[in-house]
Amino acid sequence: MITDFWLHPSLILIVGALILPFLPKWLKRPYLVIVPTLAFLDVLSMQGQYGTFGVVHFLDWFLTFGRVDALTMVFAYIMTLMCIIGTIYGLHVEDDFQHVAAWLYVAGSLGVIFCGDYLVLFLFWELMAFASVFLVWFRRRPESLGVGYRYLLVHTAGGLALLAGLVLRYQATGGDLSFGPIGVGNPSISTYLIMIGFLLNAAVPPFHAWLPDAYGEATVTGAVFMCAFTTKTAIYALARAFAGMEILVPLGVCMALYGVVYAVLENDARRLLAYHIISQVGYMVAGVGIGTELAINGACAHAFAHILYKGLLFMGCGSVLHMTGKSKFTDLGGLYKKMPKTFVFTLIGGLSISAFPLFSGFVSKSMIVAAGFEEHIYWAAFLLTLASAGTFLHTGLKVPYFIWFGKNNCSQETWDKAADPPWNMQLAMGVAAFLCIFIGCYTPYLYNMLPYQEEARHYAQLVYGRYHVSESLQILLFTAVGFFLLIKKLAPEPKISIDLDWFYRMGGRGFFWLARKPIQWADNCVSEGYRYVGLIPLMTTANFWSWFDWHAIDGVVDGLAKTVRGVGGLVRRTQSGQLQYNIFYAVSFVAVALVLYVFA
Amino acid sequence: MIVKLIDFLRDRLQLVIRLSYVGLALLVAWDVLFVSKEHAHTAVEHIPGFWAVFGFVACVVIIIVSKWYGHLGIMTREDYYDN
Repeated sequence: MITDFWLHPSLILIVGALILPFLPKWLKRPYLVIVPTLAFLDVLSMQGQYGTFGVVHFLDWFLTFGRVDALTMVFAYIMTLMCIIGTIYGLHVEDDFQHVAAWLYVAGSLGVIFCGDYLVLFLFWELMAFASVFLVWFRRRPESLGVGYRYLLVHTAGGLALLAGLVLRYQATGGDLSFGPIGVGNPSISTYLIMIGFLLNAAVPPFHAWLPDAYGEATVTGAVFMCAFTTKTAIYALARAFAGMEILVPLGVCMALYGVVYAVLENDARRLLAYHIISQVGYMVAGVGIGTELAINGACAHAFAHILYKGLLFMGCGSVLHMTGKSKFTDLGGLYKKMPKTFVFTLIGGLSISAFPLFSGFVSKSMIVAAGFEEHIYWAAFLLTLASAGTFLHTGLKVPYFIWFGKNNCSQETWDKAADPPWNMQLAMGVAAFLCIFIGCYTPYLYNMLPYQEEARHYAQLVYGRYHVSESLQILLFTAVGFFLLIKKLAPEPKISIDLDWFYRMGGRGFFWLARKPIQWADNCVSEGYRYVGLIPLMTTANFWSWFDWHAIDGVVDGLAKTVRGVGGLVRRTQSGQLQYNIFYAVSFVAVALVLYVFA
Repeated sequence: MIVKLIDFLRDRLQLVIRLSYVGLALLVAWDVLFVSKEHAHTAVEHIPGFWAVFGFVACVVIIIVSKWYGHLGIMTREDYYDN
């Protein structure tokens, strides 16, 4: 993988992950910080050095592991950075394999970000799914196993669609596997299959139900990783191949609203955040669908900002879960006295996702909405603005309010356990919170990384214009008025909401029912029929032959049998019943036979 | 420090609420009087306080529609999927 001194950051993480379990305990913590930092520095060293690296000749193909350009860099930068933050957040976790799974998962994401062809993409795509499922299983609750299998099942289905698409494409193009703009003007069945593979990882309805299912059940640190990588890698893949694919605009808008609706109903803080990932990724999908330079810049910028603020939100709610063991609003409330710092960090995440001026979402999300207005897709732009009111309503208001204020639903045990989390978790949240504000206040930091520089510079002059600030503040603050007026309606209910995973969860049950009831019934019928038609005549015949055998043949055979039993008894005495002796006797016999054969 | 600040504000809740309303009014006034509408994308945005009304209505619509949808039978008991 190393050509011209180019080192793949995934390689650093994979090798790092494989060495980790063998290190002495005192070395582990520094090592956990050093490895992702090396990967981050590796990515930084590539800045400005665009080109193709790491080309490997394999069978008939040239596999490209390292395509470096502006689009690659912005995603690689934020993903390696998030890997450092996530690992620091999980420093207290002593189970090495959680770190190994997380790093392999990030390595999968980075592999996709850097790959230049579909074969390498597929390889790393699957690595992502198979590494991340362990972050669910390591929660080790009784239900974790089932959730993990569902997650794996859905992702395997998506992977198969992708594989089928790329095989068809390989055939149709006469052997072209390069991963680039796929030709959205002239889509074929292979285009749609590849798109379905990507859309499933981006959690676009109807392929989205795996996301809240898995992220709500993942380990505290696992969810911090999962919320950053799978969906944003899919956004990268869509931006690379499907920019300007029109159907992505309505799909993205539906996603943005769908997530908002389910977030209203949700009682579990982490599942609520998961539904808001769907909502936020909807903006990015719509941005890719709009496909202009401003929109693609917006999708990248929003993915960048989203990884940080969503990571921060999952860290905040994860801290509550880590300390109290609870993540449902109906088990929490009034915790500001016990976990004040976690509250402030989570609030910063909430204000960032809501796109408050001076926070990161403000400079990224608006770019996509502006691109919608510029292209005169007014319905999409207005509906995305509507969804952003919903974002503030839930993540900015509902999550902080019902965990840290509101009615105190904590049991005595929960209340006693609640406190701000260990230093490493606070440090990780602090770094993420700082970056959320820094991105919002100092736009060149993010804008200088975006793929279309001229467009980014132009937009930088507009983003803090009076009109945009006034528009955003009005929407957000009057949403807050609505929240406080209707707060009784929003009181959490101890319920779950049925989503489209119903079909495969109940479908699986339907299959069992089918196996248990009709198929087993048919099997019984056949058995009964066989008993009457086959078994009874057979038994009668057998009884006759048994009588014949007993009285006629045995008399003759008994004498013979006695002799055989005598020899058998002799052999039995040489057998101790232990396997090694049997093997020993057998080998000895073969050796003696060989010697006889050779010398005789 | 954070806890003290929050308690300080909670002790004066009515004042905080009144100040918030004043802040909202000032925001709309600033928008109507001093913010140029040259960057507006559509004609409706020229209506004074359009985005304030939009934000409020959006919030109410989202809450009511979602709750209505949830109570159609989408929200169900927590052990629904247990055997």
